[in-house]
Parts: sequence; C-alpha cells; structure tokens
Amino acid sequence: MLTNDFIKNKLVEKFGENVSDFSEPYGMLTFSSPKELNLKVLQFLYDNEELKFRFLTDMCAVHYPDNKGKELAVVYHLHNLIDNIRIRYKIFTDISKPDIFSATALYSTANWQERETFDFFGVNFVGHPNLKRIMNADEMDYFPMRKEYPLEDPKRIDKDDEMFGRG
Amino acid sequence: MGRPVQFNVHKKPLETPYTITEAPAGHTGQGFFATKLDDVVGLARKNSIWPLPFATSCCGIEFMALMGAHYDLARFGSERVSFSPRQCDLLMVMGTIAKKMAPIVKQVYLQMAEPRWVLAMGACATSGGVFDTYSVLQGIDQIIPVDVYVPGCPPRPEAVLDGFMRVQDLVGKESLRRRNSERYAELMKEYGIL
Repeated sequence: MLTNDFIKNKLVEKFGENVSDFSEPYGMLTFSSPKELNLKVLQFLYDNEELKFRFLTDMCAVHYPDNKGKELAVVYHLHNLIDNIRIRYKIFTDISKPDIFSATALYSTANWQERETFDFFGVNFVGHPNLKRIMNADEMDYFPMRKEYPLEDPKRIDKDDEMFGRG
Repeated sequence: MGRPVQFNVHKKPLETPYTITEAPAGHTGQGFFATKLDDVVGLARKNSIWPLPFATSCCGIEFMALMGAHYDLARFGSERVSFSPRQCDLLMVMGTIAKKMAPIVKQVYLQMAEPRWVLAMGACATSGGVFDTYSVLQGIDQIIPVDVYVPGCPPRPEAVLDGFMRVQDLVGKESLRRRNSERYAELMKEYGIL
C-alpha cells in the first residue's frame, strides 16, 4: 500500500536535500524542489515502478508578490491511478525570469495546461511546442492573474470610482 | 357521460374599435389620401421589425419569456425572429459579451443590411454589468452603435417591451435621408465601419 511516508522516503532517497517543504494539508502530500529539477522529479515519479504517478490532473500557477525571488509558484497535481493516491508538487521561480522546463514530453495533458498558465501568469515554459495564449484574446498585452494588475478592466474610463466603492 | 360544459357563453364587446395602427397625418379626399413618404415607410417599418436575438446568458432566458404567449412580442409585428442577419432589422444583444465574443457581435452587425437598429438588453450588454474584469467587454457600444438600452439584471419582459416600443418609435420617426447623412457616416466611422 502506497502511503505518504513511503512516497516521501522514496523522494528523499533519490533527491536528498533537493526535495523539501514536505507537508500534508488535508492528507495530501505536498512538497517542492528547485525549479531546475522539475523534469527530473516528474520523470522519477512517472517511471518508478512503485510510485507510478502517470496522470497529471492539473497544473496551475500562484502569484505571491511578497515572496521576493520566488514570486511565482507552479503547482503540479499528480495522480496515481492504480493506488488512487494524489500528490502536489510545487516549484518556485523569480518573476523577472519565469523560465520553467515544459512537461509536455512527459504528459500530453501538460500542453494546454501550460498554455493556460502562460496565458494568465506569464510563465515561460521552455520547450513547449506551441506556447501562445489559449483563453484570452490574442491582443491582450498583459498577464491578468498576476496581482500587479487590478482585477477590473484597466482601460475603463466611464465608471466613477466613488460610485463603485473604490474612491 | 358527458358533462354540461359551455364556453364563451357571454358576449364580450370590444371596448374600443379595433385598429391595427393609426394612419399618419395627411389629406383625405374623394378616393385619395395624400401624406409624406417618410411617414408611410416609417409606419410599415416600425410594425414589421424582424429581430435577431443575440442571446448569450440569462437575459436570453428572459427574452424567451418575451417571445412566449404571455408577453408576446408578436403583438408588435415581430413574430418573425430571424437567425439570419441579412434579413433582420433589429439586433437584440442580450447578455454578457466577452472580449473574445466582441468581433463576432460586430461581424453579425456588419452582415445586417441597412437600415439596422441595435437594442442592448440588460446591464452586461449595456455596460459590462458586475463583470468589471479583464475578460468582459464593458458595454457593446464600444464596438457597435446602440439605439436603445434596456436596464436591469435581467430586465423584466415588460421592460424589454418598453425598450422595443422605443425602437419602434425611433424607426417610425426616422427620416429616410438619415442613413445617407454625413452625421451618420461620421458615427459609422467612429466605430471603424465604412
């Protein structure tokens, strides 16, 4: 039976100091590693005969503006379909150089999900075959889910701030 | 065994004589009636507006009630709801228009033949409504000229009927030369439409 402790020990055995920040919010194993190792860690989780995390449920990004040098988090949600175990894997990157290796070669589902992450957060996935906007209008010239942009339409002039509670 | 049921046993006389519409002002004589061409064309147009529903969200549901038997837009000469823009007179935009949807609304408007009118129904179509966000168009008047705005979220069918009657009013009173005027050309140019 695959347990969180077993997965954790396997990872530490393979990567040692490089995997860190283990926690289990709501019973789901969560950890992180330096961003350069993301493909190595994913490949290990995929290939290992006991772990078999071969399904990428979801990937997304989070913007932490106060986390200097680690502003953008990219989060992978992986699923072992045989033992029905899910884990969460985070990597952090500097927002001024948000280059991350693309996981498209490993997981085909990563293709559109990385495009979406690029679209909303501007994470540059190195090696992605077709990294362009997927949800928003092609003409958009910013990444709307980054917290440096207001949620409201910034080009709007006809709304009176006082009337809308932002005076 | 049949039951003794009777329908329509009481005569209900009309309260006022039933007329489809009032005749425009003019001179009547023995066997002729003279009036302005503008008025006659306006009369014909305003009582046979073909709407094109562009329904994207909850306002569209309210529009279905408007077309139904209870509110019945057909009373105003608009039972023919067309889904082909070429034959339509009135574009009814109902619902949130995302920025990615904007070129499609404009395309539909461009495909309509002149003379054409636009009715924006509900808060979203008129101003973006509560969706003051990066992905939603802040009112369709950013891309096409709008004749009548109907406020509400969503508006009651009565409100849309009122808006529709205002469109009828505009259509009936419009000068035949308006669409050839310089002012109209300027308006179209503002929206990048030639």
